[in-house]
Amino acid sequence: MLALVSPALLVILALIVLPVGWLAWQSIYHDGFTLENYRRVFTEDVYWRSFALTFEISLAVTAIALLLGYPVAYLANSVPKGWSILILSLVVLPFWTSVLVRAYAWLALLQRSGVINQFLRYLDVISEPLALVHNTFGTVVATVHILLPFMVLPLYATMQKIPNDLMQAGASLGASPSLTFMRVFLPLSLPGVLAGCTMVFVLCLGFYITPELLGGGRTVMVSMLVSRNVELYNQFGAASAVAVVLLISVVAIFFIVSRFVSLDRVLGQK
Amino acid sequence: MTMKQKFGLGCALLGAIGLTSAADAAEQITFVSQGGAYQQAQTVAILDPSAKKLGITINQDSIPDAWPAIKTQVGSGKPIWDVVDTPTGNCLRGGEQGLIEKLDFSKIPNGAAMPEAYRSPYSVSYEFYSSVLAYSQKAFPKDAPNSWADFWDVKKFPGRRALRNHPFATLEAALMADGVAPDKLYPLDVDRAFKKLEEIKPHITVWWTSGAQSAQLLNDGEVDMEMAWNGRVSAVAKEGAKVTFTYNQGILQSTSLCILKGAPNLETAVKFLNAAVDPVHQANLPLHIDYGPGNPKAFETGVIKAERAAQLPSEPANAAKQALMSYAWWSSSAGEAAEKRWASFMQK
Repeated sequence: MLALVSPALLVILALIVLPVGWLAWQSIYHDGFTLENYRRVFTEDVYWRSFALTFEISLAVTAIALLLGYPVAYLANSVPKGWSILILSLVVLPFWTSVLVRAYAWLALLQRSGVINQFLRYLDVISEPLALVHNTFGTVVATVHILLPFMVLPLYATMQKIPNDLMQAGASLGASPSLTFMRVFLPLSLPGVLAGCTMVFVLCLGFYITPELLGGGRTVMVSMLVSRNVELYNQFGAASAVAVVLLISVVAIFFIVSRFVSLDRVLGQK
Repeated sequence: MTMKQKFGLGCALLGAIGLTSAADAAEQITFVSQGGAYQQAQTVAILDPSAKKLGITINQDSIPDAWPAIKTQVGSGKPIWDVVDTPTGNCLRGGEQGLIEKLDFSKIPNGAAMPEAYRSPYSVSYEFYSSVLAYSQKAFPKDAPNSWADFWDVKKFPGRRALRNHPFATLEAALMADGVAPDKLYPLDVDRAFKKLEEIKPHITVWWTSGAQSAQLLNDGEVDMEMAWNGRVSAVAKEGAKVTFTYNQGILQSTSLCILKGAPNLETAVKFLNAAVDPVHQANLPLHIDYGPGNPKAFETGVIKAERAAQLPSEPANAAKQALMSYAWWSSSAGEAAEKRWASFMQK
């Protein structure tokens, strides 16, 4: 058994354990042992402001992605095969476009002279262009768009496995469609909800390009702190400490999630 | 082949390899700059003529921010780069940390002839750019803002504004807006500068992080006025945008050439440094891009026409209207503290 898995273990060791270990080591060792980098992260309010903002944005993005993604996945699941392929391709197609391109596209859509503001002005809904970008709003909109496939796909996969018989059984026992949905379908789709939410939330925690381009300089997410720390302190240790704290937060989230549902169900297909 | 013959051939081959590598080592350097249109311009204007003059090969590399690479290369004990074109502050900081070679100006006569403010023990100014007040001519057809005090005057000049998300030049601009003369800026009164910045902060729509972003903001009409680098504004103007800028109270900044500590081709690198700041080579640069020569003697060569010179940040009359950034102050502990304070200023 060990002989069989050892190549995989070696790959994991070389690609994950060693680099992350080196990263952690950098954060505590610079011309001797030091906790200075962590002292900074835990005592300076710049850091916790940034962590708080990152978690807030990630929560908002996850909630919006769920609200938008659930109906899409539900629709893709309930229409005939051909239609569901079309719907899923529409979800996945932008997924194959570079994140950078999509961020710039949102910039073109949302800015003062952008399509949306011009259209609203043409309709006389507004007299002054709305501030849709260079703020948290623009960041959230673009991030939701980029992460939506990570919500829809696990949801769809879970919904696919819910036997249709159960719904029919519910209906034959006299439940209305909304009641069968609430009492049968929704609870059975929850593992997909949790999987999608975890994926979107965790990915969002590490977003860099989108807030950098659409945040107007005020939306400082943790990933931006990492790059700023290399610039400011001229040593990788300062940045590593931020990265390690983020990593530990993510592991903690997985741990908490795993208390409520088996991680296999979140990540795998059981 | 007998054993002896084999041995002989082996020796000859080894000798040949030794010879060619020795010859190569004496004749080449690796030069690193920031890439893009800028590196192309300097290749034509400075690198190719210098290589020809010295009979050396110049290998090129490019990186947007050389600092982390300088640190890792020198830290590893085996740097592969020789000469780096990087913001002057990096050369000074690197010099203090033992990452950059100290220069012997007796071997760099062209550099020694430059004004003292344009060089340091570790570096020599290579090109100048300026952080200027740029604005849309559509938003200000008649009365245009002409000083940082105007930029701060939101009543007289209503409009959307942008500043760079970095303390360099921004603190200088704030102090000038508060009435400090351009030649009396250093050492910066950091408290006063941040206090003045708090005043304008609510009116700043975007804090930009890249030169391309600043150009786009002005071009798209996202902002009506901003601090931007002169070359970025003139590039957008050339493409037809109704935007312009003033050199009045601009902050003159430079990138410099410096040599990595323990560079593999140290001697050739020093020779190259001298050729790179040769007034004629330097005068070539503004023929290809909107940056000013690092060596002011370039303006006396006759290569740059008067009309063109007037557009350049380091042309003496333009330079006189501006503040020269003190990289020595920014790399001092007070400067580094100000840089760190920026992060908390931005997030409050």
